[in-house]
This record gives sequence, structure tokens and C-alpha cells, in this order.
Amino acid sequence: MTIFQYYLCFKGIVFRESLRFFYQRERFFSALVRPLVWLAIFAVGFRSFLGVSRPLGQPENWPYPISLVPYELYIAAGLIAMIQLFNGMQSSLSMVYDREMGSMRTLLVSPFPRSFLLISKLVAGVSVSILQVFAFLMIALYWDIEPPMIGYLTVIPALFLSGMMLGALGMFLSSAIKQLENFAGVMNFVIFPMFFASSALYPLWKIRESSEILFYFCSYNPFTHAVELIRFSLYGQLNEKSLMFVLIFLLIFLMLAIYGYDPGKGFIAKKKV
Amino acid sequence: MNPSALTIETLNHNFGNLRALDNVKLTLKEGDYSILLGLNGAGKTTLFSLITRLYDNQTGLIDIFSHNVKKNPTKALANIGVVFQQPTVDLDLTVEQNLQYHASLHGMRKKLALDNALIELKRQKMEYILKKKVRELSGGQRRRVEIVRALMHNPKLLLLDEPTVGVDIESRKLIVKHVKSLCKEKKLAVLWATHLIDEVDIEGNLIIMHKGKIMIHDSVKNVLKITKTKNVSNAFDHLTKK
Repeated sequence: MTIFQYYLCFKGIVFRESLRFFYQRERFFSALVRPLVWLAIFAVGFRSFLGVSRPLGQPENWPYPISLVPYELYIAAGLIAMIQLFNGMQSSLSMVYDREMGSMRTLLVSPFPRSFLLISKLVAGVSVSILQVFAFLMIALYWDIEPPMIGYLTVIPALFLSGMMLGALGMFLSSAIKQLENFAGVMNFVIFPMFFASSALYPLWKIRESSEILFYFCSYNPFTHAVELIRFSLYGQLNEKSLMFVLIFLLIFLMLAIYGYDPGKGFIAKKKV
Repeated sequence: MNPSALTIETLNHNFGNLRALDNVKLTLKEGDYSILLGLNGAGKTTLFSLITRLYDNQTGLIDIFSHNVKKNPTKALANIGVVFQQPTVDLDLTVEQNLQYHASLHGMRKKLALDNALIELKRQKMEYILKKKVRELSGGQRRRVEIVRALMHNPKLLLLDEPTVGVDIESRKLIVKHVKSLCKEKKLAVLWATHLIDEVDIEGNLIIMHKGKIMIHDSVKNVLKITKTKNVSNAFDHLTKK
């Protein structure tokens, strides 16, 4: 296979995912409704008595240009990461479905290396999630979630990395799940703990005031670092620590996903598909 | 001498304690039309999964045109076209989009791929469906689209895993006739798995699989002679109810 053929294959996988996204507009809108409910109801409801102020002596935790930010502005980054988390899980759910229904086989019997096929599928899924995030950001302008113009540009690489990390986690889970019915259970053990034990809804220094143990759990939660990477990048800044965490977890999840779909050693080899 | 289209040697496969394949040996030559006949659960789909490297063989060897599936999957898989038991076309996309997607998975240019597909569609008098969504097609048409798709990259070995399941009698006849003609014209080696005895062609080869074992592999005429039976149904019973 030549490099050009690899390019054709990659392009084909991304194009198919985009087409599916175009034809399944309900999926796109339902993915937007979830964070918008949080923003328009939850955050606005809490706005009157919740705001987040700059932590004393921790300038590295504060990307905002003002010292006190309204709650909905604070959780915007968390909701963006939530879109990506659900997108990653949704695409892995579709992989379990595809595997049960058979269409996953078409991808897996391609002569290209399986790791290349899986990474291409991940990139395709992330591209869709970035479109969803931008649609959310456009709607969020109504609630004065207005990062600087440069933020719309600098958030793209952050979204790509966090989306890849969460997508790779979903892909790994999809390789380990035997049946579609088991997926809901796994989601409860993954999505909710990841989302609530993170800095998406409350800052880590506030969590520390309440529980030191929970603070450490949240500090090592990959989703926290996806949120923080996005939060800083929205304001044209780089959170180096979160970038490191996201890269490391991306690598770990990706290796696990590739292992999971390895025809010789992975979970796929141990069950009938 | 031409290499074998498919060579399988001492292939065993287990799922936990369940032995799905038991010492399977098989050779298919170019232009061979072979029916793999077995009851549900005989191991046909597992065998196909291993040939297409959905997962690796635990023991033995699988070669496709002398390329080992495990060691050289890129070259081995490039030679095969597959129609799976479950439909694998995307219902929300058009036939053309489905075919394009498949072409890209084989690193083919869009134009070349569609030219190949059109030849096959015209052969089946189905070129008018190219722009239609798969959802709008009948079960038989969908299966035939899958056969067209499996042939787009000009494979030399065609694997069909119960391709006529859920298809009406008329469409079944058309599919059988079409694949036989491909076998003759293109010198394609065909391995067709089925549990339907009436799909066995008296002129072709028959492989009977039972409980993960190959019970016999010969021309249909020889199978009848060896088993001293009058038809395939009796031969099947004779070999599987020993």
C-alpha cells in the first residue's frame, strides 16, 4: 500500500462518518440539547448564588481575564468536554452496534493495518464532535459565553486532543463489551463518575475544601484535564500540566483500544463476532 | 503451477472450552466453486472470521494465494472479497456512497472503483440503483449490492457467508446464477457457506462441515459416489449422523 492509498482510505473513513452525521441530524441536535439544558437551566438557576472567583495564590488555575466569573461561564468548558465525552461514548456505542450488526466487519477486513483503521475512525469521530462544539459555542453566545476571538482558534487543537482521548477510551470500552445491552451499565460506571468527579461543574480547589480524597481522585481524572485544557485554550492559553495528562491518557487509551481490537491478543479474538 | 487460492492446514479454534473448529484442512484452486454446507453452529462463520482475519488463528495456517493471513494480512486480504452473513451496507447512505466507502478501504481511487462497480451493476441490470439509498432497496437487491461491493477491488477469492439468508426465492436464484457465472468468467475461486441444500450445484465442489470438522471435500458427484447416496441431502445425513 502506498502513502496515497493510506490517504484515500483515511479520507473515505472521515467522509463516511461525516455523511452519517449529515444524515443523522437528530443525533447532532440531541447531542446539543444535553449541554444546553445544563447551561440554560442548571447554570442559570445556580447563577444567583454561585459564581467562581480566582483562587488566592494559584494563578495557574485561572485563565479568565476577570476575578469573578458567573457560573455559566465557568461550566462552559465542562459542557464542551461533556459534548466530547458523550460523542466518544456514542461513537463507541455505534461500534458495538456495528459489530453486532456486522458493518464493523467491513472496516476490519480492510487490508490496511487495523491500528491505522481505528485511528482514522477516531479522527473522523472527533471531527464530528468539533462541529458539535462550535454549534454549542454559537448558541452559548446568547448566555454571554463569549471567549476572545483567538480562543475559537486555539481551542481547536485542544478539542482534537481531548476528543481523541475520550474517543479512544470509548473505543477501548467498545472492544471489551460483549453485547449492546451491557453498554448502558458500563456507561453508568464511566460517564457519570468521570463527569461529576472532575472540574467540569466545580473548581478543584473548592472540592479540596470539602474532601481531600475526592480532590486527589478528581486531580487524576483524565476528564478533569480535558476540561482544563479546553478552558485555558478558550482564552488563548495553554495549561501545560493538563496537556501532559491528556497526551499520556490519550496514549494509554489508544494502546488499550488497539490492543482490544488486536486480532491475535485483544478482546475481539476472545469472543464470537 | 498456479498457487492455491486458499490453503488451510490443521486449523483449530476454541472459544473458551468450546471447540469451534477441529483440525480443519482445506484447499481451493482458482476457478473452484465450492459450497460449504453445514448446520447452524457447524463452524462456518468462525472459519470465515479466521480467513478474513477478524481474529487470528490460534493454530495451523491460512494462506490466500500464498500470502499468510496472520503474517502478511495486507497482501492476503487484498485478494479476497467478502459477503458476510449479516448485511453490512449502511442503510442511510446511497449505493454509490456505500461503494465509495468500500473502495477507500481498499485504497482505490473513486473513479476506478465506480467504473468497476458499474460494470458489475450493469451485468446485473441494476445500474439505476446507484443513486438510491440502500434503505429503499429490497432484501435481494441489497445482497446483490454487497456482492458488487465485494468484487469492486477485483479479488481472486470470493467468500460468501450465507448470502441468501432472508432473500426471496427469485432473488436467491439470481444470486446463485450470478456467482456461478463470475466463477467461470473471471476464474474466481468461490467459497459459499450455506445451510440450504438446494444451493449445492451438482457441477461444483462440496465441503460438508459438522461440529467444527470437515467431514468431506470433493466434487458433488464424487461425494454421492463415496457415500453411495442419491442426493446431497442423503449424503449430508450419512456423513453427519454417523
